[in-house]
Amino acid sequence: MNAVLVQIINVVVILLFVVFGAALLTWVERRLLGIWQDRYGPNRVGPFGSLQIVADMIKLLMKQDWVPPFADRLVFIVAPAIAMFVVVAAFAVIPMAPGVGVIDLNIGLLFFLAMTSLGVYAVMFGAYASDNKYALLGGLRAAAQMVSYEVFMGLSLMGVVMLAGSFNLREVVLAQADGWYIVPQFVGFLIFFMAGIAESHRTPFDLPEAEHELTAGFHTEYSGMKFAMFFLGEYVSVLMTAAMITVLFLGGWLGPAWLPPLAWFLLKTAALVLSMILIRGALPRPRYDQLMAFGWKLMLPLALINLLATGALTLM
Amino acid sequence: MSADANHEPNISHAIGNPAVIGQIKTLFQQQLVTQECADGMPTLWVDAEHISSLLALCKHQLQPAYSMLYDVTAIDERVRCHRDDQPASDFTVVYQLLSLEGNAFLRLKVALLAANLRIDSQCDLWPNANWYERECHDMFGIDFIGHPNLYPLIIPPTWKGHPLRKDHPARATEMDPFSIDEEMQDEEQEALRFVPEQWGMQRTSQNTDYMFLNMGPNHPSVHGVFRVALQLNGEEVVDSVADIGYHHRGAEKMGERQAWHTYIPYTDRIDYLGGVMNNLPYVMSVEKLAGIEVPERAKTIRVMLAECFRIQSHFLFFGTFAQDIGQMSPIFYIFADREMLFGVIESITGGRMHPSWFRIGGVAHDLPQGWHLKLQEFVNMMPARLDHYQKMVMDNRIIKQRTVGIGRYNSEQAIDWGVTGGGLRATGYDWDMRKRMPYSGYENYDFDIPLGSNGDCYDRAMVRLEEIRQSLRIIQQCIDHMPSGPYKAEHSLTSPPNKQRSMEDIETLIQHFVNSSWGPPIPAGEACLPIEATKGINSYYLVSDGSTGSYRTRIRTPSFAHLQMIPTMGRGMMVADMIAIIASIDFVMADVDR
Repeated sequence: MNAVLVQIINVVVILLFVVFGAALLTWVERRLLGIWQDRYGPNRVGPFGSLQIVADMIKLLMKQDWVPPFADRLVFIVAPAIAMFVVVAAFAVIPMAPGVGVIDLNIGLLFFLAMTSLGVYAVMFGAYASDNKYALLGGLRAAAQMVSYEVFMGLSLMGVVMLAGSFNLREVVLAQADGWYIVPQFVGFLIFFMAGIAESHRTPFDLPEAEHELTAGFHTEYSGMKFAMFFLGEYVSVLMTAAMITVLFLGGWLGPAWLPPLAWFLLKTAALVLSMILIRGALPRPRYDQLMAFGWKLMLPLALINLLATGALTLM
Repeated sequence: MSADANHEPNISHAIGNPAVIGQIKTLFQQQLVTQECADGMPTLWVDAEHISSLLALCKHQLQPAYSMLYDVTAIDERVRCHRDDQPASDFTVVYQLLSLEGNAFLRLKVALLAANLRIDSQCDLWPNANWYERECHDMFGIDFIGHPNLYPLIIPPTWKGHPLRKDHPARATEMDPFSIDEEMQDEEQEALRFVPEQWGMQRTSQNTDYMFLNMGPNHPSVHGVFRVALQLNGEEVVDSVADIGYHHRGAEKMGERQAWHTYIPYTDRIDYLGGVMNNLPYVMSVEKLAGIEVPERAKTIRVMLAECFRIQSHFLFFGTFAQDIGQMSPIFYIFADREMLFGVIESITGGRMHPSWFRIGGVAHDLPQGWHLKLQEFVNMMPARLDHYQKMVMDNRIIKQRTVGIGRYNSEQAIDWGVTGGGLRATGYDWDMRKRMPYSGYENYDFDIPLGSNGDCYDRAMVRLEEIRQSLRIIQQCIDHMPSGPYKAEHSLTSPPNKQRSMEDIETLIQHFVNSSWGPPIPAGEACLPIEATKGINSYYLVSDGSTGSYRTRIRTPSFAHLQMIPTMGRGMMVADMIAIIASIDFVMADVDR
């Protein structure tokens, strides 16, 4: 009985952490970009503007829940729900600290990959149901981008799996007690980092919603809460990418004992999130075909070579 | 000035080569009438049936050749009083040609009678005649025979009448109150629907159905209200049609109802990033008509502020250029710099973006005490910042991937399409009005003309970044060598008129009163003094009928010509390239539509 209660608390707290963390991240990102861009960013609501997210949420919740008359109603509504669901579900397998984590799947890594793959449906459904030309272009870009980046995202992780000898993420973390995998798997780390940014459609891989080309891309027709779900889904996916990198390459919760394990996990994740924000502030956006060429011609061979080399070394 | 192709600067700001008239008369056997214009631009009248052959002769046979069709416009002559020895005409079509080799302009006029407003189209000779002729058709109802598609360009397709005709009302109060009901709204919207067949486009080809995408009139990257209808095969732009006119405010018509002086603030808003740079060609043309010589100090102040605004405009261009390619941050750094320079401009003129500070005969005030301190601070600070931007944007590999070799055109194409300014120099063609036909004392400054080599998006941005550095050099020279003396000419037609002597006798008091209330009556004549504005060559072709306002104000803006080239530049590119191309052109819609 007690174990069940702990588990329920675990689930609820993590879910809240993920959703609120993502919401808070929108504010953190805007503030940080502001600082890096010689301006303030949102600084009016609450201390240092930290309640900006509350204001944003109220605004989005109060908006008319509108479906364009020309849209495919059912799919239009389902799409943002999928977007939100898959990333939150993927979060379930992430072990944050000993005893903290929703579920301990022995195929945790595969579950994560499966969930992120499903994310493409949200974008495609949203784009298709919108019946809007900009959304269509955004949806096409998203489908192509996510499907191709998926390929080497999976491949880049196989090196880690070989080294740890397990798909269970908790075991992957424990296997790093002697040294983080970022050292032997540096190439894998880089590839996964980029693929993760691409999966969450962030600059420089934000082509599906490239504001300057496609207005808002696949979510052009979305507003109010449904837009917020797409938006939040992306921020959850940023958190998730950062958390996954922490688990797979940075030794998860492992760290010197003067901080509790959970704190180490959160610190590492936060540092990765910040670096992703910094990338957004610094880089321009490649063209769609250049992005594809980059993926297939550079990243995929790199991931394969990395896999081969790791395999050879493991066998030796 | 010399007619040969040497690059000697031309000190007197002569904008035409008088010898060309003799040259044309020997080559061209038809009857020609010569007109004397205040600006000294050689002006010839020719019959409608011979204009095509004369233009072809100017383009191909004259030495040096008049290779650029600089402007095509018209004048409604029906109520003009002072026409002296000009041929009888109801509507006059005016062609202005520019010889880049000879550094000279040439004006050709054709008289048309109201009964037969038809003239040959020049689209085959110069591709950029297309939009100019469509605009003339909109504004005056002149038919251009052989034009591929005289569809309304500036005015809505549903518009009745021709706005620049003298019998068309200029004020809303001259018309019935305007209202729009739902039915009419639908009609107007339907009229804006893009019909591919109208532009000779196929909806399908053998293997594919094309998608037609309206980019604009509201789109984050079209820099205002501008529409490009794209014919897409996947993400590839097969063809496109640029549609302008959404920002049209009738600036030329307003010129006919404002007094000479009160029109100055309107000019600020033509190229709204150019501020006082827009005042310059206007006041220079008015001064030419009035015969005012501007004192040296005023000229130097004008150059200094004009260069400040060149920097302001290039800043914004550069920031939005990076932003449109997806780089988020540079525009914020650049806005901080802009803010600082606006502070300087504000401390000198009292205004920021649109100070309207130049006056007929000089500038509005003398420079304030200590004017150079903040300006010097800015000039000292900028080079390091520019190096930073160079590294951040121009040296970035993704930016290079996105812009090198994209939207390319060569010098010949540029000249054919009437491209001037940075867009022309990016192709490696060394032509800057400030060097070639100096005005306002530009011959006295030491500066270089940055050139590109490929004529692609990257070079267009690079040229402008370098131009900021050169403008800083010019400003430094203005600070170091600011002449003393009056800031406005001693002349009875300056505005506002000098007041000192009006206190001494009644005649000058009366004149002061008249000139302040109605504005100065400018002697009849025609003048057009082009300048190298922020985006290319900008000019005001002013026709005075001897009254307190202009009879015809023709604003030739560089952006208009540049936008016309978009379909040519975008063919076969991707949607994202189209954005890079649009970002690299450096235009504002107010400058296009006027």
